[in-house]
Amino acid sequence: MMLEVKNLQVRAEDKQILKGIDLKVNAGEVHAIMGPNGSGKSTLARALSGHPEYQVTGGEVLFEGKDLLEMDPDERAREGVFMAFQYPVEIAGVNNAYFLKAALNAKRKHHGQPELDAMEFMELITEKSKLLDINQAMLQRSVNEGFSGGEKKRNEIFQMALLEPKLAILDETDSGLDIDALKIVSNGVNAMRSPDRAAIVVTHYQRLLEYIVPDYVHVLSGGRIVKSGGKELALELEKKGYGWIETGAEPVGA
Amino acid sequence: MATTTQLAEKLQPWMGVLDGRPHGGPRWMQDLRDRATSRFAALGFPTVREEEWRFTNVAPIAGTEFTIAPPAPVSAAEVDALPYGSLPLRLVVLNGRFSVELSRLVGLPSGVRAGSLTAAATEHAEVVPRYFGQLADFSTRGFVALNTALATDGAYVYIPDGVVMAQPLEILYVSAAGSVPEMSQARTLIVAGERSQLRVVETYVSLNGGSYFVNAVTEVFAGENAIIDHYKVQQESVDAYHIASLYVNAQRSANFSSHSFSLGGKLVRNEADAILDGEGAECTLNGLYLADRERLVDNHTSIDHAKAHCPSHEIYKGIIGGKARAIFNGKIIVRQDAQKTNAKQTNRALLLSDDASINTKPQLEIFADDVKCTHGAAIGQLDEDAIFYLRARGLNYFEARDMLIHAFAGEILDRVQIEPLKAALEAELYVQLARDLAEIDGI
Repeated sequence: MMLEVKNLQVRAEDKQILKGIDLKVNAGEVHAIMGPNGSGKSTLARALSGHPEYQVTGGEVLFEGKDLLEMDPDERAREGVFMAFQYPVEIAGVNNAYFLKAALNAKRKHHGQPELDAMEFMELITEKSKLLDINQAMLQRSVNEGFSGGEKKRNEIFQMALLEPKLAILDETDSGLDIDALKIVSNGVNAMRSPDRAAIVVTHYQRLLEYIVPDYVHVLSGGRIVKSGGKELALELEKKGYGWIETGAEPVGA
Repeated sequence: MATTTQLAEKLQPWMGVLDGRPHGGPRWMQDLRDRATSRFAALGFPTVREEEWRFTNVAPIAGTEFTIAPPAPVSAAEVDALPYGSLPLRLVVLNGRFSVELSRLVGLPSGVRAGSLTAAATEHAEVVPRYFGQLADFSTRGFVALNTALATDGAYVYIPDGVVMAQPLEILYVSAAGSVPEMSQARTLIVAGERSQLRVVETYVSLNGGSYFVNAVTEVFAGENAIIDHYKVQQESVDAYHIASLYVNAQRSANFSSHSFSLGGKLVRNEADAILDGEGAECTLNGLYLADRERLVDNHTSIDHAKAHCPSHEIYKGIIGGKARAIFNGKIIVRQDAQKTNAKQTNRALLLSDDASINTKPQLEIFADDVKCTHGAAIGQLDEDAIFYLRARGLNYFEARDMLIHAFAGEILDRVQIEPLKAALEAELYVQLARDLAEIDGI
């Protein structure tokens, strides 16, 4: 099993957001996490990535059998957990290509692989940038600085393509994207799908799941997973909204 | 009356030094020295009771009995080993005296003069008296009076009308400290004619560390349409006092830009004072400073928009750690006739420790009505969101932090148009940063 979340409880700013999440993700699977605003979807994504503002108050998370919660955020990344940010941070003065090379080499070093030199790196990014329609100008600008919403999200998935994580967590990657950008981003994610990798796709809307078709859909409400099912559950949510889940359904384990 | 007595008492050793002031040179220069001596006797050193010096207490300078730094036997090899001064054109002033042996001034374009200021006062008598002391007003400023009275020599650069200096010129002020506290008065005069072009670096370095005092005054005249790209590098010893005033007068459509890098010194005051004295003159004053331990770094700038249609740009950035203190005061004056002024000022400081501090003040004095002036200050720690973002991509905390600090400094460093200078500054800055960060990390 790639990821096992057991009874995870998380606080943020003195508020208990996640009240006991159970989730199992196997290699090769794509899990969608849906739910109304404030249900805790993004909190789950951020807690898994190790964001310092999200405090784990209970439960356990195993990543390939190792205690994920014990790891620093950068160690999680180097071990193969990748989070595509809902709001990618603009970093003035840090050249995008320089940053990507540093990130890639940090991971390679961690896994005992030789660091890539400038030539090898350029070859690699040239290949990956085509997939996500990343142009040379975006690589030479500061990280996310002055990027449009769509460019930022494409840059996230581009980083993912480069870092080749085992587990990708997409935190509302579809928010603010027009249909063209959504297709590019989805293509990027789909190109990464393989029997060795898994993804958790956090989204409010079913639209993204037309392009990134999940194996499982989980509905979060009030800090718990209240319903799990196949991809058809997403369609049902689209038709009926979240109201019936929040009022009616019994909590269901994954 | 009590203050006057205290002042007199405190100044007594200084007046002794001033009695032994240099006596050579033309009559007008001797006159100037005498008048400056009288003014210094009346003004003394500024105190923290004066608004302009509120946060910078120069009592450690006033209270030390500095002697005038004597000529020092220094070889070219010793100077070549310094991190700066590698440019092909180099004017060296050692302990306040121009050194012909250490300078490299061959191949200057025709009509260009670069060399000893004292010699030029006699040899270039049709130009020097018209400019020397015209901008650096010693009637109100004690340190300028002290410099004017005591300057033994200095650097003189003259570019005739229409001449373009392809090679940058580096003026290297070297201090070779002795066993007792010594001081030197660094004096620079740069006169750039109409349509001339010059890249010039003023570098202040220490040869052997130690505690000493450099009191620098620089006057720059940029004639009509002249383009001057000026850099100031201050890397005195960590125990040194460095007080410097840069005065600039830019004529019609002249373009003056200056980048100040302040990396050394224990107590540092950099003043930059530019007058945009003709329509369309443009001025850029940028700075990057590093302060750590218990050092104090004070940057006071003033841009005086005296005429219409003058743009000015200013970005000052500081990295402050340890128990260091920094001061930034950015004055922008827009005179009544200076319509269509466009002035922009930004001040940013990065505090690396809880004990580091900065006092920052934009000071806008606007007397015209059709102008655009903006200013902004941002003081703070490293951006936590940015650190997390970098960590989420696999960089550890230290790598993430260093990347952000280097990016912060890079915004100013990247503007240096002289490659060897940029490389030297980068290397020196990163060595210092690495040491400061290691101290913070307790390594």
